[in-house]
Parts: sequence; structure tokens; C-alpha cells
Amino acid sequence: MAGQVTYLEAIRQALWEELEQDERVLLLGQDIGTYGGAFRVTAGMLERFGPERVVDTPISESAMVGCAVGAAMMGMLPVVEMQFIDFISCAFNQIINFAAPNHYRWGQQVPMVIRGPSGGGVRGSAYHSQNPESYFQHTPGLKIVAPGTVADAYGLLKAAIHDPNPVLYFEHKYLYRRLKDELPEGGAPVPIGKARTAREGRDLSVFTYGAMLHVALEAAGRLEADGIDLEVLDLRTLKPLDQEAILASVRKTSRALVLTEEQTTGSVAGEVAARIAEHAFPWLDGPVTRLCCPDTPVPYSPTLEDAYLPNVDKLVAKVRELANF
Amino acid sequence: MAKLSKNWGPLHPAAEEPVERLAKTELPAERQLDLYRFMKLNRMTEDRLGSLYRQNKVVGGLYSSRGQEATSVGSAYALAPQDFVGPLIRNLGVMLVRGVKPREVMMQYMARSDSPTGGKDGNTHFGDLSRGLVAPISMLGALIPVMVGVALAGKKQDKDLVALTYIGDGGTSTGDFHEGLNLASVLNAPFVLIAENNGWAYSTPTSKQMKVRSIAIRATSYSIPGESFDGNDVLAVYEATKRALDRARSGGGPSLLEAKTFRMKGHAEHDDAGYVPKEQFEEWKPKDPIERFERHLLGNGLATEEDLKRITAAIDEELSSEVDRALASPMPPPERAFEGVYAEGVV
Repeated sequence: MAGQVTYLEAIRQALWEELEQDERVLLLGQDIGTYGGAFRVTAGMLERFGPERVVDTPISESAMVGCAVGAAMMGMLPVVEMQFIDFISCAFNQIINFAAPNHYRWGQQVPMVIRGPSGGGVRGSAYHSQNPESYFQHTPGLKIVAPGTVADAYGLLKAAIHDPNPVLYFEHKYLYRRLKDELPEGGAPVPIGKARTAREGRDLSVFTYGAMLHVALEAAGRLEADGIDLEVLDLRTLKPLDQEAILASVRKTSRALVLTEEQTTGSVAGEVAARIAEHAFPWLDGPVTRLCCPDTPVPYSPTLEDAYLPNVDKLVAKVRELANF
Repeated sequence: MAKLSKNWGPLHPAAEEPVERLAKTELPAERQLDLYRFMKLNRMTEDRLGSLYRQNKVVGGLYSSRGQEATSVGSAYALAPQDFVGPLIRNLGVMLVRGVKPREVMMQYMARSDSPTGGKDGNTHFGDLSRGLVAPISMLGALIPVMVGVALAGKKQDKDLVALTYIGDGGTSTGDFHEGLNLASVLNAPFVLIAENNGWAYSTPTSKQMKVRSIAIRATSYSIPGESFDGNDVLAVYEATKRALDRARSGGGPSLLEAKTFRMKGHAEHDDAGYVPKEQFEEWKPKDPIERFERHLLGNGLATEEDLKRITAAIDEELSSEVDRALASPMPPPERAFEGVYAEGVV
């Protein structure tokens, strides 16, 4: 066995193997070469694979993504690192207007990945803590994945690199070194578009992803004592959503709670809730409920950020409310 | 480094004297006639599109490159077969030189089923990598970093290719113009950017886009060669582009070229360009790139009046058939609207 690796090492291993095995793979990003990346995800890759495949770029997010679009059209498999995913906003136009609609508009595929650390809980404040998924959820032609486990961090990245579409890979920085697990030997790609039942349960379904998966699993343990049996579905892919898996779980438990780390309004959670309301209404025993962040920027001070983020206590309270509906 | 002269001259130089003196070239007569044919094809295709527009056959807007044909044709003609180019809305001539048939563009404008995008997109917004063509998007500047990526991939793949794209005077004000050129420069990409300074970005004159007197001077910011030339002299365009392409191909990195030209129509067909002072049209009319090239060909004994008439008549005949074929294509089936968002399979 490969032994235990961290979530970050799983990302690193997937990248390393891809560079090793596939000449088309190419990394672009800021400080990824000589420095090895702000979180050391790409450490040693410049030395091993050279500056033509591990490209340190200027602080030009839009040009990094644009350049990847061009290289992808030419048959390369570029992986762009956003130093923090918050900076993806600087490349918004290239992503939503160039990469995403390219195949629909003129039939030319754009196989590329944009990855970067997302999420809060590390006191990163307004520009190093964001969850930008919902901005992109709206855009046809993109795929979005957000791994919450070591195996998925590895397997979804492998799948993303070999997907013929632009894939946004949102890794959660809170999990980087906190999460440790076995990586299956000769690990396989994890198919994009498939959710995973992280915990089977009878009474209530929690739909979540990323770091919030672990909040849900911990809450499930605590709620067992109350006799509430939570089902936890790890969405893993946010676009396209695994609607069948979501609806199947609702049909089983008749209660649905969506837990995400985004501001509430216009969130991925809202889309999940809408689909449940639209397609599983007859099965519901209570309102589809969301537990997300309030509609504020991400605050800095620990007391403020803790108040902002969902946590086990907040989830347990919400679940009890919904279970008693 | 840059062959930057201190004296940039006026933004748009005054009319030449009646004797037509175009840039020196080694191109033989037969290839110069090729340039002539493509410029005429460019203009006459747009004239046909104008007729289709007035017959309400064009679904969206119609964009004209009248007066700028030399820039598109001369630059595209300098490309090697393996090169890639990303034309903008006023670069129909580039597409024609790369082998696009007029009917493809007509069907695009008329949103027909057999257009290259099957009706999903319009005008010149289509590409075909087998002809080295990358489709633009409407957001100006965006193609610059994309074509830098094409150039880098080509370098990595040992394809000996150069990537070329265009920007207008207005588009130089975008962030992608700077990000893209800077990235090309630091990575020494085999890339050429031609800035078409046609005096107007929709209704905004160049003087409101920038204070510099020449776009080419901005090359110094990237420590790359910059060259400004007469964009209405097809030979000057060809020669300058060729120099930049050769330099890029031999490892000399990117260049920024500026073609000084003039937009002889509005931003699009609906726009009467009432904001452009009449004197500007009058000043540029005698500098029409096609008429100047005709005077050059005739004056230097490279062609006879008969030759030029024959070329024009052949194009006219070809275009009649192209219009018929384009009109014969139906509108796309509605269900196509839902297809093709994602590419399928594994790469």
C-alpha cells in the first residue's frame, strides 16, 4: 500500500503522475516553479519536468487562462493554478466567454483544468477564503468539481485533466494537511458527474461537498444519540450535478438539507434545493433547507469567521428543526 | 531589439502624391496579383453581404472592413501554411486568404444550418484548426493570450509555427492587451500582434483611447520589436508581417506591429458614422488600398487593365454562385439549440 497521504499530497501525486505519463500535460501558474507553489503543491516539478512544462507566469490570471485555452485547443492538457481561488475572478472573461462556450459555438474542445485553494476556516479574510463556485455554476460548458476526500482529490484531478472540457477544480485549503487517508494503489480516476453516499441513513439527507462534508459526518455521529439517522451525500461534482443521486436520496429520507460554504443567495445550494423542490416535491415531509454562509464578505477575525461559517452545532440545530417539522 | 525611430510621424499620414509608390517587395507579379484578387474578393464579398443585409437576409449586425482590406490580406498572405491566426470581426480578408469560402461567411451572417457553426454563432465568429483559424470572441483583447497559448503549444510540439492575431486601436485599452503581450514577451513566444489603428473604436476616436502617437511605441514596454507602417499599402503590410513572422520563427520572440489605416464605414451597418468628420473620409478616400494597388500594378507594368477586369469578373461570377449556395441552406433545426454544450469522451 502507498500508506497514508494528505489531501494535498494526493493532489500533488495526481499532478506528478500526469506529468510523468503524459507529455501533453503542462502547468501554468504564479510561483509554481522555482518556489513550488504557495502551498508547495508543485514543489520539485520544475526541476523534474523543466520550464516548458512547469511555467512560472507573471501576475496575469487572465493571460494564464487565455494561454491555457490556446494550448488546450492545440492538443495540450494545461493545468492552471490560481494561487488562491479568489483570484479566479481576474480571469472571469476568459473562463466564461472563451473556454466555456467554445465547443458549443464552433465545435472546438478546450480540455483544461483550473485548480486552486478555496474555502475558509483558516483566517484568510475576504480575498483568501472565497468559494466562487456559484459564479461558474451558471455558465454552460464548464464542469466543476470539489473534492472532500483524499481519494477524490486524487481521482477527480486525474479525471479533470483527461476531460475534453474546461474543468474547475476547487480544492479546499482547510483540508490540505488536516485530512489524511490511504490512497488506493494505482489510484483510478473518479468519474466527473457522480455523487457519493458518504454515509447511509434513513431519516434526513444532507447534501454537501468539500470541507463541509466533514462537518456533516461529525454532526451525523452526534445526532445518532438523538435517534436521527443522517444520510450524507458528497456531491463531489457541482456541475453537472448528479441529479439522480440527489433525488434518490430524497425519495429515501423525505427530508433534505443542503450544507455549503457559500454565501446563501444565488448559491450552488440554491440550485440543489430548486431541483429537489421541482422534481421530488411529493416525497418531501418538510421544507428543503439550506445551511450556508450569510450574505456578507468573508470576515477575518476568528470570532467573526466562526460566526460566519457553518459548523457542527449549527448543523445539528438545523437538522433537529427539520426532523421535527 | 526594436527598430524604433524617434519620429513616428502623424497618426495618419497625409495622402501620397499621385504616383503610386508602395513598399519594396520581392514578390513576383503573379503573387502580387494574388494579393489583388484577395483584396477584391474581400471587398466584393462584403458588398454582397451588404445587399443581403438590405434584403433583410442577415439576421444580426453586419461588420465591414472597407478601407482596411490591405491589412487583413497582406498580413495573412505572409503566413506559412503551418501558422495559426486569430482574425477579428474586421478581418474577413484573413479568413479568405486561409481558404474560407465566401458562402461560409454568408451563411454565418444569415444564420443558416450549413454555416460553419451550424447557426450557433454568426459573422466571422468561427474557427477551423485544420485551416489554422482560431475563432474570436466579442470581448476585445481576449484573443491575445489565447494566441500566445497557441504559439507556446506549437513551440512545445516542434511545429515551427507562429501565431498571429489582431487588435484595434480601441482594443489596446484592455487588460488582456497588456497581460498577453507581456506574457508573450517573458516567455519569448513565437507570436505577432498587429494593431489596426483605423482611427475609430465605434464612435470613440483614437485620441480618446491613448495619448501615445503610435501604438507600436508600446513595444518598448515589453522590450520587443515594434513597427508602424502604412496599413493601406498591402506590400508594406506583407513585408512588415513577413519580417515579424521570420523573426518569431527563428526564435526572436514576439513583435507588435501597427497598421495605420482608416475605417471607411460605421462600426456596423446600422451605424452611419455621423460622428466622423467628413474631412476624414475625404482625406482617406484617395488612399483606398485597392485603388492604390491597382495604380501600382498598372503603373509598374505588372498587370493590364484587362487582367484586372478579368480578375474582377471571375470574382463576381464566383460570388453569384456563392450567394445562391448560401441562400439554399435552410435555417437550423430548433433542437440543435440544445446540442453540443459539452465535448464528449476522454482526451
